[in-house]
Amino acid sequence: MSIGQRLYQWWDSDFFYAFRTSPVAIVAFSVVMLLFGGALLAPLLSVMDPFDMAALNLMNGFTPPMQPNAFTGDTFLLGTDDQGRDLWSAILHGLRVSLFVGFSAVGLAMAIGISLGLLAGYLGGWVDALIMRVADVQVTFPSILIAMLIFGIARGLLPPEARNDFAIWVLILSIGLSEWVQFARTVRGTTMVEKEKEYVQAAQLLGLSRLQIMRRHILPNVMGPVLVIATITLALAIIAEATLSFLGVGAPPTQPSLGTLISIGQDFLFSGEWWILLFPALTLLALALSVNLLGDWLRDTLNPRLQ
Amino acid sequence: MLSIILSRLGQATFVLLLVALVSFSMFRFVGDPASNMLGQEASQAEREALKDRIGLNDPLPVQYARFVGNALQGDFGLSYRTREPVADMIASRLPATLELALVSALMALTMGVLLGVYTAINRNGWLAQMIMSTSLVGVSLPTFLIGVLLIWVFAVELSWLPSFGRSGTVDIGGWTTGLLTLDGWKSLVLPAVTLGLYQMTLIMRLVRAEMMEVLRQDFIKFARARGLSERRVQFGHALKNTLVPVITVAGLQLGSIVAFAIITESVFQWPGVGLMFINAVYYVDIPVMSAYLLLVGLVFVVINLIVDLLYLAIDPRIKSKQVGAGS
Repeated sequence: MSIGQRLYQWWDSDFFYAFRTSPVAIVAFSVVMLLFGGALLAPLLSVMDPFDMAALNLMNGFTPPMQPNAFTGDTFLLGTDDQGRDLWSAILHGLRVSLFVGFSAVGLAMAIGISLGLLAGYLGGWVDALIMRVADVQVTFPSILIAMLIFGIARGLLPPEARNDFAIWVLILSIGLSEWVQFARTVRGTTMVEKEKEYVQAAQLLGLSRLQIMRRHILPNVMGPVLVIATITLALAIIAEATLSFLGVGAPPTQPSLGTLISIGQDFLFSGEWWILLFPALTLLALALSVNLLGDWLRDTLNPRLQ
Repeated sequence: MLSIILSRLGQATFVLLLVALVSFSMFRFVGDPASNMLGQEASQAEREALKDRIGLNDPLPVQYARFVGNALQGDFGLSYRTREPVADMIASRLPATLELALVSALMALTMGVLLGVYTAINRNGWLAQMIMSTSLVGVSLPTFLIGVLLIWVFAVELSWLPSFGRSGTVDIGGWTTGLLTLDGWKSLVLPAVTLGLYQMTLIMRLVRAEMMEVLRQDFIKFARARGLSERRVQFGHALKNTLVPVITVAGLQLGSIVAFAIITESVFQWPGVGLMFINAVYYVDIPVMSAYLLLVGLVFVVINLIVDLLYLAIDPRIKSKQVGAGS
């Protein structure tokens, strides 16, 4: 099959038809791609390295957007913060941190949730009972509370001088561990259906090990709903990361994420420097809203039964 | 009936003991309790003496049992940071959190029901349409951002309301209340709205959906045919029939109000237990963290228990199903 035919087939598929006829999906996808691109190309697109203290000129502090600074005459697209840090560059780098934490946390939650879900669904018995009981108790508590708790425990286990260096990893761990339940529950349910099907029985007759059957045969068939949950969880993880960083128990001061930038911006509201708050807040809002809309659209398109 | 109640109580106790186990493990294994209590300068001998005295050398199950026993008597140890008894810290901050949670829950419930009824009745009116689309944006906004935006508009630009803290409190027998003075209410408005907004939208959407369902049913047509006023049909007949699911959801949401209070309290520097917890996480003050976990665990388990039992009292079908399942 030629590339042209393949492209046509893809263009003609139900999935792509649903995509190109939904304005919400197109707009949400474009915004997400724009933000992803900005985060990926942050070092190229930014005018300065916002973390290099030597490059900062304190005289440039509090420059309003699109206006030349009174002392230095420099102009900044989105203005600067109190340290003279260019907000455009800071937002791009903050977006990078937020997205890195968001994706890694969802990856971790997926890995844990899928493994435990497969084990619970395929093995059944006491393994199933144990995993699902833990999941039940965990979902009683809001996930942001669990994430804060894990963050505190992990900080306590680290020596004080290492806390800032590992803060990003601790953040990923706490958000990942707080969001696995949804994956496990869904995978368990699908696995219980799949394991009764003939192809699994055939694999069992061939004498494949339980691990091989779970990994090679059942896993590919449970991935559909998992991708939908992953998108919705990504929005939740981004918001959780922003919230934790805003509260000061997330990204370290040396690696500000969007939440950190918003909490810095809040300090300058009363003195009238509104741009330090507004632009990071708008970026976070655009990111969370468009990922959310995209997740909703994916859910409705891939699995009408879930509605 | 009694056996169901007993089994629910048993489940609740089990969950609480599990939460206590997590809480105990945090206290025992995160950092060294003895050196945290004595500070850096203490000698090895002093540390061993303290370990013996407070029983850190006993077998772990004994230590766990002692931990649960102490917690039941309201003894959660001393904070590593302030050296105050944790129980006193909680007691002095609990009124602030409870008042905030209560006011925002009541606001969410009344406003949610009113707006839900309004949007259900005037389904195609422009105001109802606008309320519905605004609520969609409201659900996507993170709580802390709602708080910051409210501060911006009402405290900075309009300077109508204070932006942080709790003022105008009156001490009534150890319970500080801000509900008796105008200043107290003023400082409560923004945090309460921030905390209650999400719950309000949830309740509003639920009431709207349920109302639209009920308004289609035959007994509403009969009520209209009997010549009752439209208001009596809507509030006396339709709304009454939507309340069971609403009360359940509102009850379960009380738990999330407690969790989101942490965020709201930090945004507004509201001196409640949530702010205490987030500071404890930052400074790794383990006794405060584990006491807070126990407290929140208790709140959640009690709320779930009450909702479960309310279900049993309200809906007889659940009772027969449970008996049929043999539990």
